[in-house]
Amino acid sequence: MDNKRTTTKIQELTYELKIKEVMSKNVETVGSKMPVSHLRDILYNKRISGIPIVNDNNLVGLISIEDFIKCLEHNEMDALVEDKMTKNVKTLYADEPLVHAVMKFEKYGFGRFPVISRKDKKLVGIITKSDIIKGVLKKLETAYHDEEERRYRASHIFNDVIADEIFFKFQYYVEGKNFDKAGEAATGLKKTLYRLGLSPEIVRRAAISTYEAEINIVAFTKGGRITAYLEPHQIRIVITDKGPGIPDIEKALQPGFSTAPGWVRELGFGAGMGLPNIKKFADKMTLKSTVEKGTRLVIIIKLSDYRNED
Amino acid sequence: MKIMEIKEILEAEVLTGEYDPETEIEIGCSSDLMSEILAFGKPGAILLTSLTNIQVINTANVSDIKVVCFVMGKIPDENIINLARKNDVIVFITKLTTFESCGRLYKNGLKSCSYFNLDK
Ligand SMILES: Nc1ncnc2c1ncn2[C@@H]1O[C@H](COP(=O)(O)OP(=O)(O)O)[C@@H](O)[C@H]1O
Ligand SMILES: [Mg+2]
Repeated sequence: MDNKRTTTKIQELTYELKIKEVMSKNVETVGSKMPVSHLRDILYNKRISGIPIVNDNNLVGLISIEDFIKCLEHNEMDALVEDKMTKNVKTLYADEPLVHAVMKFEKYGFGRFPVISRKDKKLVGIITKSDIIKGVLKKLETAYHDEEERRYRASHIFNDVIADEIFFKFQYYVEGKNFDKAGEAATGLKKTLYRLGLSPEIVRRAAISTYEAEINIVAFTKGGRITAYLEPHQIRIVITDKGPGIPDIEKALQPGFSTAPGWVRELGFGAGMGLPNIKKFADKMTLKSTVEKGTRLVIIIKLSDYRNED
Repeated sequence: MKIMEIKEILEAEVLTGEYDPETEIEIGCSSDLMSEILAFGKPGAILLTSLTNIQVINTANVSDIKVVCFVMGKIPDENIINLARKNDVIVFITKLTTFESCGRLYKNGLKSCSYFNLDK
């Protein structure tokens, strides 16, 4: 049902990769004035299934192993290559996306296509189905390694930086009333902490509580900022805004209490559970507010797995 | 339960492209209130909702929810799909109602998040 919309990673790669990135560049070629017998050693020793015929780097034809066997059958080993080769050779340009090669293999059923340069039409390589598979697999592997490496390198900052204690500070600015951008700070912080090698459970608790606080800035205030400090034993997230402040903090902390307007509720928030949620996921939470001035919320998440210790 | 089984049970369509059909989803949750999902949603879960805005994807992202299924035939905007793709959240859509979707998954053995509480 969803085939049309589903492009798999591999399909995506066949659009991204160029033919020149996966083709074989060391091509065995033979001149057109050679006898067919000359091909035997090449076909046999190199275990290849077809040889481009080239004069001065210009592709003039192709002899496949099938063509060669036919000559053997008919005792034509002394014939000239140019009389036995396929002359109207289907080729590909080096700068075409790999998917064009995939389509040509499907269309013609050949085992290989010579690759020529678009500029001067000279032979630059040859491509087989196994080149395509190898190329795609290699690309998949490097994509995977890149992500792993990024994570690895980031977590090594702690070993590479020399100091008695290391602190990181990440600053995010949050616009009031702009729901399209709400969540960018929390999701940005989440990715950052994850790349620094923190455990998924810690990262998740920091992300959820920051997200609820960010939603509150957007829903209730003129704007504010979120500063996360990664300290040796904890993550400290300080969320401040420019008002209007909370008149009754005790009430605001009660599950279900909300002054959220309709537009906030329509977006899936405003059930009076933000602050209780933050309390649930934080190891410590402090909320201070001055009416008209603004609100300051501090969330602490301990890095050691304190819950198993006590 | 494998993600491909869920897709079949929900008669769902995938909007985000590439995904591993063998991925195991063990738990399901459903609400149109994102704070509820943030409170009781579990990592690796599927979220069923009839709310369609980008905060659903942000909620899934911060909660480590793998799959979001928009029910009742609601079709999310392109920017929602793009954000989901960027954050490796898989998006399904189904014409089934919320109750029917949850009921079918539960009947087929998908676990729920059971109780809601705000304790640690
Ligand atoms: N930064 C803030 N500035 C002003 N008021 C706030 C702020 N954060 C929370 N509040 C008040 O506290 C109430 C409860 O907040 P919360 O628990 O997040 O629930 P909800 O956001 O669903 O209303 C809000 O309805 C609002 O009145
Ligand atoms: Mg709130």
